[in-house]
Amino acid sequence: MSRRHWIQAWLLLLPAMVFLIAFTHVPAVTTIWNSFFSTPRGRRPSVFVGLDNYERLVADPVFWKVLGNNLWFALGTIPISILLAIVMALFVNRQFRARGLVRMAYFTPTVLPLIAVANIWLFFYTPGFGLIDQILGWLGFGQTNLLGSPDTALPALMAVTIWKEAGFFMIFYLAALQSIPPSLTEAARIEGAGSWRIFWQITFPLMMPTTLFVSVNAVINSFRMVDHIFILTGGGPDNASSLLLYYIYETSFRYWDTSYGATLTVVMIALLCLIAIGQVFFLDRKVHYK
Amino acid sequence: MLAFSLKSVAASAAIALASALPAGAVDLQFYFPVAVGGGAANTIQSLTDEYLAAHPDVKIDAIYSGSYQDTITKVITAARGGNAPQLSVALSVDMFTLIEEDMIVPFDDYLTSDEDKAWLAGFYPAFMENSQTGGKTWGIPFQRSTPVLYWNKQAFAEAGLDPETPPATWEEMVEMGQKLTKKDANGNVTQWGVRIPTSGFPYWLFQGLTTQNDVIVANNEGNKTNFDDPKVVEALQYLVDLSGKYGVMEPGIVEWGATPKAFFEGQTAMMWTTTGNLTNVRTNAPFDFGVAMLPAGKRRGAPTGGGNFYLFKGTSDAQMRAAVDFIQWITAPTQSAKWTMATGYVAPRPETWETDTMKAYAAEFPPVLVARDQLEFAVAELSTYENQRVTQIFNDALAAAITGQKDAATALKDAQAQAEAILKTYR
Repeated sequence: MSRRHWIQAWLLLLPAMVFLIAFTHVPAVTTIWNSFFSTPRGRRPSVFVGLDNYERLVADPVFWKVLGNNLWFALGTIPISILLAIVMALFVNRQFRARGLVRMAYFTPTVLPLIAVANIWLFFYTPGFGLIDQILGWLGFGQTNLLGSPDTALPALMAVTIWKEAGFFMIFYLAALQSIPPSLTEAARIEGAGSWRIFWQITFPLMMPTTLFVSVNAVINSFRMVDHIFILTGGGPDNASSLLLYYIYETSFRYWDTSYGATLTVVMIALLCLIAIGQVFFLDRKVHYK
Repeated sequence: MLAFSLKSVAASAAIALASALPAGAVDLQFYFPVAVGGGAANTIQSLTDEYLAAHPDVKIDAIYSGSYQDTITKVITAARGGNAPQLSVALSVDMFTLIEEDMIVPFDDYLTSDEDKAWLAGFYPAFMENSQTGGKTWGIPFQRSTPVLYWNKQAFAEAGLDPETPPATWEEMVEMGQKLTKKDANGNVTQWGVRIPTSGFPYWLFQGLTTQNDVIVANNEGNKTNFDDPKVVEALQYLVDLSGKYGVMEPGIVEWGATPKAFFEGQTAMMWTTTGNLTNVRTNAPFDFGVAMLPAGKRRGAPTGGGNFYLFKGTSDAQMRAAVDFIQWITAPTQSAKWTMATGYVAPRPETWETDTMKAYAAEFPPVLVARDQLEFAVAELSTYENQRVTQIFNDALAAAITGQKDAATALKDAQAQAEAILKTYR
C-alpha cells in the first residue's frame, strides 16, 4: 500500500477513534486506575490502597444484594419481553384492519422517556387511590403496597421494564419476519406442514440472528436501565429493588465515594464483557446467517 | 511573531470584554430545591425577580434544582467541576459533608459589623443548631420546618371523636387511630387512622419519635451516632406496631410524596408531614383540617428540617458580598412573611412574626403558628460526616424493620455498627 493510502485510512478513522478513545477507552482505564486508590476528600488527598476497595466489595452485603437483584431482574425481564415481542410481531405481521394503529400502540412505550413512564406507573402502583388498587377495589380486594414491600418492589419494577422493552424488540422481530421469503412458508404449506411446525422449523430458526441481537441488547439493558428506580422506589425498601448501576450511582454521586464507585464499575464492565462474549460464542453456533 | 500577535489579540479582546460589562455588575448563580407540593418554586422566582428589580447592578440566575437529594448532587458535581454556584439552598444537615469536601465558606468573614452580628443573632436558636459548628456559621436558615400532625376534622367527627382535639400522646394517637380506621364489608381498610411516610428519608419523621422518647440519635460534632440505644429501639418498635400490632397505619413503606394526596382523598385521617406543606393542604383539602404539634411520648419533640443558604468557594469577594446581601434581604421580615404564607415553612426570625402582615395572617389562619411554637421542643436534625451515607444506613435499617425483614433491635444494631465503621475516622 502506498504511503498516501495509509495516511488517508488513518484520517478516515480519526473522528471515530477520537470519540471512542475520549469517551470510552480513557474513562475505562481511568476507572480501573481509580479503583486502586482511596477517595479524595476536600481535606484529604487520595492515596494508593492496592486491592482494599476490592476487599471491601467482597465484604459488602449491599453489593451482593444488588448483584442478586440484578440477576433476578435479568431473568425476570429478558425471556418474557422477548416472548412478548415475538408474539406481538407475529400478530401485527398479518393483514388486518387498524394494523398500523396496533403496531404504533405496541411501539409507543419505547418512544416515551423512562422517567415519564415511571411517573405514570407510580400512579398505577400508588396504594389506595392508584389505578391498580382502584380496580382491585371494585373487585372487592384490599389495598396493595407493591412498591413498599420488599417481596414485590423488584417485580413491580420488572413489569415496567417488560412493558417498555417488549415493543422495542418487536420492531426487530417484525423486520426479521418481513425479510423471510414467503416462498418458504408456501412450500412448507404445500408439503402439509401446520402453522406450529412452520413457526418452529422455518420462522424461528430464520429469526435467530435477531434473537441473538435482541438478547445481547436485553442483557445490556437489564444492567443499564435504572431511571425508573429513581422515581419508583429509590432502591428501597432496604435495597430490595436496587440494581448494580443504581448502587454505583448512589455510591459515586450521593455518597461521593468515587473510588469505591470506580471499583463497582470495574466489576460491572467485566461482567458485561463476559456475558456479551459468552452470548456471542454460545449462540453464534445456533444462528443461521444467510 | 505569531505567538506575539496572538497574545496581543487575546489581551485586547479581554480588555474589550471587560469594558463591555457595566462597572461593578455582579453575576450570581443560585440553586434552590423544592420538597413540598404547591407553587414554592414560583415564589422563590418571584422573590428573586423583586430583588433584581431593586438592584440593577446584580444579576441572579435562580435555578430550580429538583429535590434536596438532586440539589446536593448537582451542587457537589458543579463544585468538583470548578463550576460551583455562588449560593445554594441545600439541606442544613449536609453542612458537615460540604465542610469536609472543602466547598463552602463560613458567613463570619462577611458578617463583621456589629449590625451584621446582631442580624445573625436574630434567628431562632433551634434553627442555628444545624447551621453552626466549631464556632463558625456555615448556613443561614431559610426554608426551615418541623414536622407537624395534620388531622381531618370531618373524619374525626364521623368516628365520634371531638373534631377539635388531636391526639396529644402516643397512646391517644393509637386509640384515636383505631377509631378512625374504617373497613368495608370485605374487611378491607378504606381509611387508615394515621400516616407517617417512610419512603426516601424515613429517618426525619422517625426522629420525631426518638426525640419524643427522649433520646438523641447523633452527637453535635457529627462523628458519633446512637442508633442502637434501647430508647431508639423502643421508638422504632412503636412505629412498626402502628401497622402491625395496632393496625392503624398502612403496612409496608409509605410513600412521602403521595402523603398529602392520600390525606385529601380521605385515605388517612391523620398525617405527619412537614409544615412546608401547610399552604398546599390549605388550598387542596376538601374538608376542615387541623394542625397540631406531634404527639408526646416521654416528652414533646420534633426534629427541625429543611434547607439553609450556603456560600460556595471560588467566588469573588464582590460576589460573596452580593450573595450575603441577597440572603439578608430574602430573610428580612417582608420577604420572609411572603415565603411563609406561600408555603408554610417557618419564618426563621422572630421579628418576622412581629410584622402586621404575619400577625394578621396568623389571626386568620392559626395553624401557621404550630410549627413555630413547636420549635421550643425541637432538636437538630440528624447530621454527621458523610451524612448521605450514614443517614442511608439508618434509612435502610428503618425500612428493614418496617417491612419485617429484621426486628427493630437487630436492624438498629447493624446500622450502628456500619455507622461506627465510617465515623470513627472523624474522631
